[in-house]
Amino acid sequence: MTTELNTTALAVFVFFFVLVTVMGFVATHWRRPKTLAHIDEWGLGGRSFGIWITWFLVGGDFYTAYTVIAVPALVYTVGAYGFFALPYTIIVYPFVFMVMPLLWQRTKDFGYVTAGDVVHGQFGSRGLELAVAVTGVIATMPYIALQLVGMTAALKALGLHGEVPLAIAFIVLALYTYSAGLRAPALIAFVKDIMIYIVVIAAVALIPSKLGGYANVFAAADAAFQAKGSGSLLLQPNQYVAYATLALGSALAAFMYPHTLTGIFASNSGNTIRKNAALLPAYTLLLGLLALLGYMGHAAGLKLDNANDVVPALFQTLFPSWFAGFAFAAIAIGALLVILFLPTQFALDLQLLDGVWILQTFPALVFGLYTNWFRAPGLIAGWFVGFFGGTLFVWINGLKPLQPVTIGETSFTVYIGVLALVANIFVAAVVNSFMTKRNQPRAH
Amino acid sequence: MDKRFGTAACWLLIIPYIGLLWVPFYNFHDPVLFGFPFFYWYQLAWVPVTAFLTWIAYRSMRNDD
Repeated sequence: MTTELNTTALAVFVFFFVLVTVMGFVATHWRRPKTLAHIDEWGLGGRSFGIWITWFLVGGDFYTAYTVIAVPALVYTVGAYGFFALPYTIIVYPFVFMVMPLLWQRTKDFGYVTAGDVVHGQFGSRGLELAVAVTGVIATMPYIALQLVGMTAALKALGLHGEVPLAIAFIVLALYTYSAGLRAPALIAFVKDIMIYIVVIAAVALIPSKLGGYANVFAAADAAFQAKGSGSLLLQPNQYVAYATLALGSALAAFMYPHTLTGIFASNSGNTIRKNAALLPAYTLLLGLLALLGYMGHAAGLKLDNANDVVPALFQTLFPSWFAGFAFAAIAIGALLVILFLPTQFALDLQLLDGVWILQTFPALVFGLYTNWFRAPGLIAGWFVGFFGGTLFVWINGLKPLQPVTIGETSFTVYIGVLALVANIFVAAVVNSFMTKRNQPRAH
Repeated sequence: MDKRFGTAACWLLIIPYIGLLWVPFYNFHDPVLFGFPFFYWYQLAWVPVTAFLTWIAYRSMRNDD
């Protein structure tokens, strides 16, 4: 891959970056409320976002720099196994449909802004609130780091090295988020998602025709996997459980993050969320096709030092440079959006590690919507076991979020996030049943 | 609309979980469709199917708000 400065691509990139920056400052005036001093207005856009804005805002979460860069990179390297992102982003929406309108109603009725607020309101425990809030912050950090990985790959392809371009971008964006609150990322999400849509549609429509069709793309990938002796177009039998638990665990984790919850809380009704659950799979279809860019990398015969370069290298090789610049701008803006959203060796393992963490807030956040049986001490104990137990297992497995399990003759690997969540719920239930027997009053 | 029907329609949303999380259903190469091995087009096909099921569930409980 060339990393020389490419003037045309860079000019297009700068144009769109400036466009987005101007929009960020315009956002201060968009749907302007009487005051931004109220946290509801600044952080949640006044809970007024309808179907379209919510669609762009929430859907955009799955089209970050990380998705566009790392998912194809994983598929490029390991094949079918990396495709778990597709079932993950399908089964997440029925979950959103069933659970998130209830959570939204709770936050609306009581004026909550964060997951910590919800948990404190439900269980009256500062300890549990702290656990949930801190987990949210910790789990978001690797996520932000991932966006930087994606953005660095895009900037590198443009010939921009070092931290200075990155730093300038962040200062500008932090400034207008400070002045406009969630309105800034919501407005930018329109531009960025439309750009990404154009890029993805162009990529999946044009690249295969340049490479001799999808049949040829799959055949080339198969040949490449056999030549290097690892990776495959289908799953190995011992990967089944890992594939399914990764999809399930990621789906349950996806809407526990502070930035995704913000998108939910900012919508204007439970109905908006339900309708979005039916409309958001449109993103998933493109994500699935995007993952196949990894195979197209093989078909194009790319020779890469770093699998994360597969998408930028494909665009550079097969697209005219003005369109490559457009694509990189879309990717880089996607990365920035995540940073904005939050006022505050394989990239994928990092993502799955923070999935292990954030999943441990699931019982505290979701169970209270359905039952009053759980009490704070049980949930704190469960969180403690899940969070630290899960982290320990990830550590033991050499920072891989997968745990090998052998039952009798069969052995398989399981996503540690799911194991830790099961342990979490089990401990919470056991501790809680002891507490309720002694008729423990609600902690306050 | 009848509330019980709304609840029943929500059970439809279990179907994608079964169809996608039981990997032996679809870990095959054949039949190939438009150049895509079965493993790939089967999972992609679940996107419109799931959206449709969600839409049915949505229609059935729209008046609950």
